[in-house]
Parts: sequence; C-alpha cells; structure tokens
Amino acid sequence: MRIFVQKITGLLLFLLILSFISFCLLQLVPGDPVRSMLRVDDVAVTDDQIQQMREQLGLDQSVFVQYGYWLQNLFSLDLGNSYMTGRPVFIEFIEKIPYTLMLTGTSLLVMIMISLPLGILSALYRGRMTDHLSRIFALIGSSIPSFWLGLLLIDLFAVKLRILPSMGEGSWQHLILPSITLGIAMSAVYVRLIRASILESSHQEFIRSARARGVGKQRIFTFHLMRHSLIPLLTVFSESIGSLLGGTVVIEVLFAYPGLGKWIVDAITARDYPIIQGYMLFMSIFIVLLNMIVEWSYRYINPAIAIDPRKKGVTS
Amino acid sequence: MSLSIGLRYSFLTLFLLFLIVALVWTPYDPYQIQMGDRLQTSSAIHWLGTDHLGRDLLSRIMEGARTTVGISLAILFVSLLIGVPFGLLSGYIGGWLDKAFKKIIDAFMTLPDYIFALILTGLLGPGLVNLIFAITAVKWVSYARLVRSIVLEQRQKDYVRLAEISGMKPWKLVVKHILPHTIGNLLVLATLDIGKIILMIASLSYIGLGPQPPSPEWGAMLSEGKTYFQTAPHLMIFPGLCIVITVLLTNSWGDFLRDRYDVHIQSHSAKRSMSSILFRKGV
Repeated sequence: MRIFVQKITGLLLFLLILSFISFCLLQLVPGDPVRSMLRVDDVAVTDDQIQQMREQLGLDQSVFVQYGYWLQNLFSLDLGNSYMTGRPVFIEFIEKIPYTLMLTGTSLLVMIMISLPLGILSALYRGRMTDHLSRIFALIGSSIPSFWLGLLLIDLFAVKLRILPSMGEGSWQHLILPSITLGIAMSAVYVRLIRASILESSHQEFIRSARARGVGKQRIFTFHLMRHSLIPLLTVFSESIGSLLGGTVVIEVLFAYPGLGKWIVDAITARDYPIIQGYMLFMSIFIVLLNMIVEWSYRYINPAIAIDPRKKGVTS
Repeated sequence: MSLSIGLRYSFLTLFLLFLIVALVWTPYDPYQIQMGDRLQTSSAIHWLGTDHLGRDLLSRIMEGARTTVGISLAILFVSLLIGVPFGLLSGYIGGWLDKAFKKIIDAFMTLPDYIFALILTGLLGPGLVNLIFAITAVKWVSYARLVRSIVLEQRQKDYVRLAEISGMKPWKLVVKHILPHTIGNLLVLATLDIGKIILMIASLSYIGLGPQPPSPEWGAMLSEGKTYFQTAPHLMIFPGLCIVITVLLTNSWGDFLRDRYDVHIQSHSAKRSMSSILFRKGV
C-alpha cells in the first residue's frame, strides 16, 4: 500500500511541475488558438471578436493567473472546454476511453494468440527450425514501424481482397485490422520473453525433483513449468501497459479509429490546449490506475511476491 | 540461424557506405519538382520511380537517410551527454541529489515514452528541432538510470573503497574506475535505442509532427505517399523498407553486442534446451 501512496504523491508532484512547464511553453509557441478557433467559420475575423474571445477564455491574463484558475478547476475535474467542440474535456476523455480500451483488449488477445504458442514451441524445440523462425519473426516484428505494417495490411485485406473495412469503427470487423497490427508489433517482444522465461525455469530444482518423483511430463509442463514461467511475465506486462497505450496512438490515426489517440492528435493539430493538458493529466492517472489493477491481481495470483521486487535490487 | 560475423559486418559496411554516399551525392536534386514525371514507377532513369511531385524517389530516400539517421544519432548523443553525467553524479554523491533524481525518474516513467514525446511535440509545435528536443527529453532518463545503477553497484566493491581510502580524488575515481564499467552496457543500450528512436521519429512524423515538407524524412515520406498508395505503391513500399532495414540492422547488432557484453542476460539463456530435460529418454 505504501508503494501506491508513494507512486501517487510522486505522480501528483510530477503533474504539477509538468503542467506548469506546459503552461509556460504555451506562451512561447507560435500559433494563436483564438484565431484558429474563429477561422473555423471561414468568415473574416475582426480584432474585436478576437479580443472578446480572449477575455472569454481568460487568455488575456498572465500565465500565473491562468495557471491558478486551471489548478482551482482541476479539483472539480473541470479542465475547461475543448476549443474545437466547446464540450468539457473530462467528458470527452471519458467518452473516448471505451474505444481505446476495446482496441487494447483485442490487440492483447491477438498478442497472446501469437506469442504464447510461438514462445512455448521455440522453447520446447530450442535451436531447431521453429526456434529460428520465431527469432526471425521477433526481430522483424520489432523492426517494422507499426503504421507501415498497418498500411500493408490495409492494402492487402481492404483494397485488394476487399474483405475487411479499412477505416472507422462500428462493427467488430473494424477492430480486426488494427488489433492484428498492434498484436503483431507487441508479440515480437513477448515471444522471446516467454521463451526465455520457460527456458530459465526449466532448470530449476523443483522441475528436477518433480521428474524424480515420477510426475508425468504433461503434468510437469502444465502445472509446474508453465505456472512458474508465465506468472513473472505479468510484471513485465504491467510495465508495458503504458507503451501499449502509446502504440495505439498512431494506429488509431491510421485507421481513423475514434479513441484517445486520434483525439489527442486531432487536438494537437488544432492547437486545442485544454485537451492537450487534460489528456496529459488524465492519461497519467489512467496509466497509474491500470498499473495498480494489474499489480494487485498479480499479488493475488502469486502471494509469494508481495514484496516489491524492484526493492530487492541495489538501492541507496 | 544467427548471422555469421562476416555477414553482420558486411551488412553494416554496406549501410555505412550508403550513408556516406548519401551525404555527398544523390542522383538527382531531391527537391527538384518535375510535374511532367509525376508518379512514375521504376525505370532506368528513375531507379525507384518518382513521387507525386515528380521528384526522384531514390534521391529523396538518400536525403531522408541523412535526416532520419542523422536526427536519431543527434538525439542519442545529446541523451548520453545529459544522462551519463547525471547518473554518475546521482549514483556517486547520493544523498538528497539521488533522492531528487529518483523522483524525477519515477515521474518520467509514469507516462510512456511515445505519449510523452507526442505531448511535448504537440505543445512545442511540429518541426525538426522540437522533435529532437522532445525525444531527447524522453530518452536521457534511461541512460541516467542505467549509469546510476551501475555506479551504485560498483561503489560497494572493495577497489572503490581502497581507492577512496588511499586518497584518490572523487572525480578521478569516477572517471577512471567507475565510468569504464558502464561502457559495455551503454553501448548495448545505445545500439538498441537507435532503432527505437528511428521508429519513434518515423511515427511522430507520420502523424505530421516531424520535419515539415518538403524536407524528406522516411516517416513523412510515408505519410505523403499513403494518399497515392493505390496508384503508386512504390511511394509507400520503399521508404518503409528503408526504415525496416535500418532498424533491423541496429536491432540485430544490439542483440549481438548484448550477448557479448551483458553477462547478466547471457546467464539467462539456458545451457540446455528444455525438451532435453522433459523429453530426454532415460537418465
């Protein structure tokens, strides 16, 4: 529990610093959000209108005052309204979460379906053809830009074969291509991890003693080996949740999928600062929450590792 | 089927040769617009064809190699320049400095690299310099962390104590005795990172946050080419292949170096295969 408290206080401190830096940076950046907001209507913009808008948004006050307002509103989860749609940032964020979680979930499914069998096979047949093929798969998989793989898949399945939709969302078919793309990119790492983990635990004493006791091979494999080697991977997994969410950004843009990633990229293009700041804040909280959930479930599955494993290493 | 040493070196040499040639010479001017020649496929005149503005694709890929690889090396260099001293100081001096540093690291680790860089470039606005700044801001942390952990480990060793007792100046001790211990690990991490940085640059500039047109960057070229990828697939295939080949090269070199230098990881790769334990006949 103490670790979580530490994590959260650290996070809050970080967000405070980062949000202030971002506020200062905003004053330096080129591009005027007010102008780009008004230009949406495609009519001539008068100076009066700009001034009015500025006052309305509070942009005419100093950085510190604006920052103070922002912090004040933060406690009521009010991060202001989006410049683009005029709707509250928090509401929009909540609306986008299910889409991204859905995509993440299906990609995880694809990832497990690819990496688990490949990892197990390449550990079982170490040094043989399967192992080499999975090594090549992992090497290529981690070297391909995911968006390029996505483009190739679109070209094949949506343009040439015309069996899957290439963009948007709506049906389960829309999820297939994005999740395959993400799943392949992720499984490249996990194939090798699963293989290494199985090989490592196969040399443990308890496997030998199980053999000596005459436990069947099948049983050793499922109950002793797999259990021992796959559980540690959960920690790795909880650490990679963040990068998984990072990976969804470019894929969502590529497939025009209306999740968090596309939302933030659109906001960046339109210089929609409330969204950018809100995204930064909520995303960090969201990721920490997800990490906690995984970590808790991990402790539940394997009580032996109740002590934070990272604390075991060298610390000052 | 691990690559033989000779093959590995020859691939590297070929790649470096390509880079050197790209530095001094391209077959055509990569910025020269020839609307009459637009969207041509491969021919004897334009080896890889031309893009939607009639610019020679091979020339643009060579110019892009300069940009992409150049930027990633620059980012790597600056990250090392910031991260290594930071790690050395924090690990050796310890105390409040180290505590503050740990807080900074924890804070940086909260947000995933890609999202952090995305937000930074988003706030700063698209462009080459901002891209370099954003990715460096993300990347230096891992080097500082690595160096710090090695310093903490080495500090416990007797030779460091001995050197301290015999009155060696701290900065000399750090530079002469502790720093060399970090080099192997840094080399591995840096080599593996080149690929990651290239992928990050490519995907950031694919969504329009990288170098702005007309400057050729592989990710940006893909972004430009995707509009035409039904009529002119070569615009999408060749720059993508370039990214894959470059990252593949650095990744496989990184793996190779890791196997050579990193004892820790080497001990993980088991001596015997598991099937020999499970499915061995007799004992």
